[in-house]
Amino acid sequence: MSATATAAPPLQPPAEARPPLQPPAGAPLQPPAEARPPQSSPNPDRAANPARSARRGAGKGARFASAAEPENPLHRLTPEQIEQLGRELDALHEEIYADLGERDARYIRATIRLHRQLALGGRALLLGSRRRPLWLAGTAALSIAKILENMEIGHNVLHGQWDWMNDPDINSRTWDWDTASPAEAWRHSHNYEHHTFTNIRGKDRDLGYEIMRIDPHQRWHPVYLLQPLYNLLLMGFFEWGVALHDLNFEALRKGEKSKEQLVAELKAIGVKARRQAVKDYIAWPALSGRSWRSTLTANFTANIVRNVWAHSIIFCGHFPDQTYTFSEKEVENETRGGWYVRQLLGSANIEGGPLFHFLSGNLGFQVEHHLFPDLPSNRYREVAPRVREICERYGLPYNSGPLHRQLGSVHRTILRLALPGGRPRPKPKV
Amino acid sequence: MPERGATPPISRMSRRALRAIGNFTSPLAPDDYLELVNPLWSTRELRGRVERVEPAGGDAVTVTIKPGWEWERHRPGQYLRLGIEVDGVHHWRAYSLTSDPERPDGRISITPKLVSGGKVSPYLCRRVRPGAIVRLGGVEGTFVLPDPLPPRLLFVSAGSGITPIVSMLRSLARREALDDVVHVHCARSTEQVIFRGELDELHGRHRGYRLNEWLSGTHGRLTPAQLQELCPDWREREAFVCGPAGLLSTLGERWREAGDPARMHVERFQPAEELGEGERGCGGEIDLCVSGIRAHSDGSQPILLAGEQAGAELPHGCRMGICHSCVGRLRSGQVRDLRTGRVHGQPGELLRTCINAPEGAIEIEL
Repeated sequence: MSATATAAPPLQPPAEARPPLQPPAGAPLQPPAEARPPQSSPNPDRAANPARSARRGAGKGARFASAAEPENPLHRLTPEQIEQLGRELDALHEEIYADLGERDARYIRATIRLHRQLALGGRALLLGSRRRPLWLAGTAALSIAKILENMEIGHNVLHGQWDWMNDPDINSRTWDWDTASPAEAWRHSHNYEHHTFTNIRGKDRDLGYEIMRIDPHQRWHPVYLLQPLYNLLLMGFFEWGVALHDLNFEALRKGEKSKEQLVAELKAIGVKARRQAVKDYIAWPALSGRSWRSTLTANFTANIVRNVWAHSIIFCGHFPDQTYTFSEKEVENETRGGWYVRQLLGSANIEGGPLFHFLSGNLGFQVEHHLFPDLPSNRYREVAPRVREICERYGLPYNSGPLHRQLGSVHRTILRLALPGGRPRPKPKV
Repeated sequence: MPERGATPPISRMSRRALRAIGNFTSPLAPDDYLELVNPLWSTRELRGRVERVEPAGGDAVTVTIKPGWEWERHRPGQYLRLGIEVDGVHHWRAYSLTSDPERPDGRISITPKLVSGGKVSPYLCRRVRPGAIVRLGGVEGTFVLPDPLPPRLLFVSAGSGITPIVSMLRSLARREALDDVVHVHCARSTEQVIFRGELDELHGRHRGYRLNEWLSGTHGRLTPAQLQELCPDWREREAFVCGPAGLLSTLGERWREAGDPARMHVERFQPAEELGEGERGCGGEIDLCVSGIRAHSDGSQPILLAGEQAGAELPHGCRMGICHSCVGRLRSGQVRDLRTGRVHGQPGELLRTCINAPEGAIEIEL
């Protein structure tokens, strides 16, 4: 049964019905017409010469982009439209949730079984890792196993996506995953903080992971010049970056987190770190006898592969050009419908086939995941066309692109914003 | 927290070995890999495999289960918490064990009766196939034959209430201890009698076992007067009664008025108004730490009820102490088990809110 759809709302309600526009914080008041970004102005000069317009706006040391601040589609909707959108999405969620049953349970069990077979198989191959073909095959199997464990299984189970099964093992409260992040800390910083404050500048600490300038609104500082370099480090050692990130040093500085709590959390990370190190760098190499050195490099490589892949997919979630960020002022008194719109605008999908999505934890459906974080990941594919259709009707963008384009735009942003200035990237026309 | 099966009896050395192997599997446990081969091989949780499903009469089926580990003998009359997956979701139900604890083949059996509109019994009665894996929770129950055996017994059962009693009968039959047992079983019609064939056989083979079928379809519900007729010496017998609430309350009244209530043992499948016969305590303030709500009990209300009356939304299930869905962690204070009167409580202890009332001020993490 499809969600009841009332008559499609008119895209442009009469001017007097629209709420007074709130300019994004920090941006100048209504800029003069010529300075608007290309897509909203028919000025051929501007369209042909974006470089000139960029230079015109970005002064040296300017705190934010040029006067060309893209209009946030949130402001084009009336409060009624936003509420209606909220209800439609709620209904869609209810519909899918009520349909969950045996085939979903079988999916996650099969995925978990596959992971364990791959992990065991890979490690068995690596017992003879002195031989190059075994090293390659074993590392490949183990890398895929670790990727599945981290993304399709770990991230999703910890989200509570499978709690509906009432399974004593596959549930968010008792599940633990093979990464330096303790499950409890992750659940707090990700499920709660990131998913509640998604893309709100100053509140979503995942924006740039507190160490990078990923949005032109962020004030520039010389340390950002090094960000392409430490982004590479973050890529290779992402699980450690995330574990440290979850500690929330900002809260510690502000006094919101006590020293005792920090010590407890560090201890928890220490336990995870020790277990992983013993497993990957002591136990299995030791079991490999003469192949111990190559098993050690294989395990190290598998961890790096998982980190790099996870980093890439995750960075495509909210940093590609198409996404919007929000100021705290813009989201004051946000309603449920408004929360949905922010999740929509702040997330971006990656296009790909079923295998790609399986290997990326279905995070290529980032928009659907952010709208419905507790829906089992195998359902995002079927929800996607419905979400896209809703976006079309409300005149909202549906951010999506192939992996190379999304990832390319993220790396370009990291490079560009390492330097002062920079402006918000042009957004696709809806 | 989702319920899980009971902890299997594993030696300390085996556990140490498993922990050592855990260094190769962390954060998974060796069990997680053993499961790939055989789901019964779990050292964390007792599981069973359904071997046979046979009709037992009266809309009921007997499900024979092979436990994953050697079965720790239950006492006839006790019940088992069984976890079963239906349409992707795990459900837990309590079922009386109908098998003789000393069965030579080590299997156990339950005999669920179809409850229309239910979730688990329709699955067990119609859909479950041999080979299905179930989770075996703890065995509980005080509805058991005393030791030493009383010389004369009276069993009164109605409908599916026969299930704990059949375990007793099987055990007694094997022990050749069916010396003087009167069994009054109520059912709507003969076809509705569960285990009819077996009961008739017992009746035929053992002179000491006298079965009376009371067909409520023809004669109406069993009344104490009719029981008097069927078994005039009911006062001298140790009585075990299991059936619907109505039957239990009318017979309970009779025993209280004219018999010895201490010799009447009752097994309830539905929660009763009064939770138990435990002495009522002083009650106290309940601090629900997570929701921040404060509740009060006068000693007769369990924590669950008091919390709900104060406006808290507390997890619950059977509301009679069986399913453990209502479990919360005690932070401070003591509680009284309303079923037995026992006062207990240690900080950090997990306790069921539906059967425990505060004994003084308590803090609980709910």
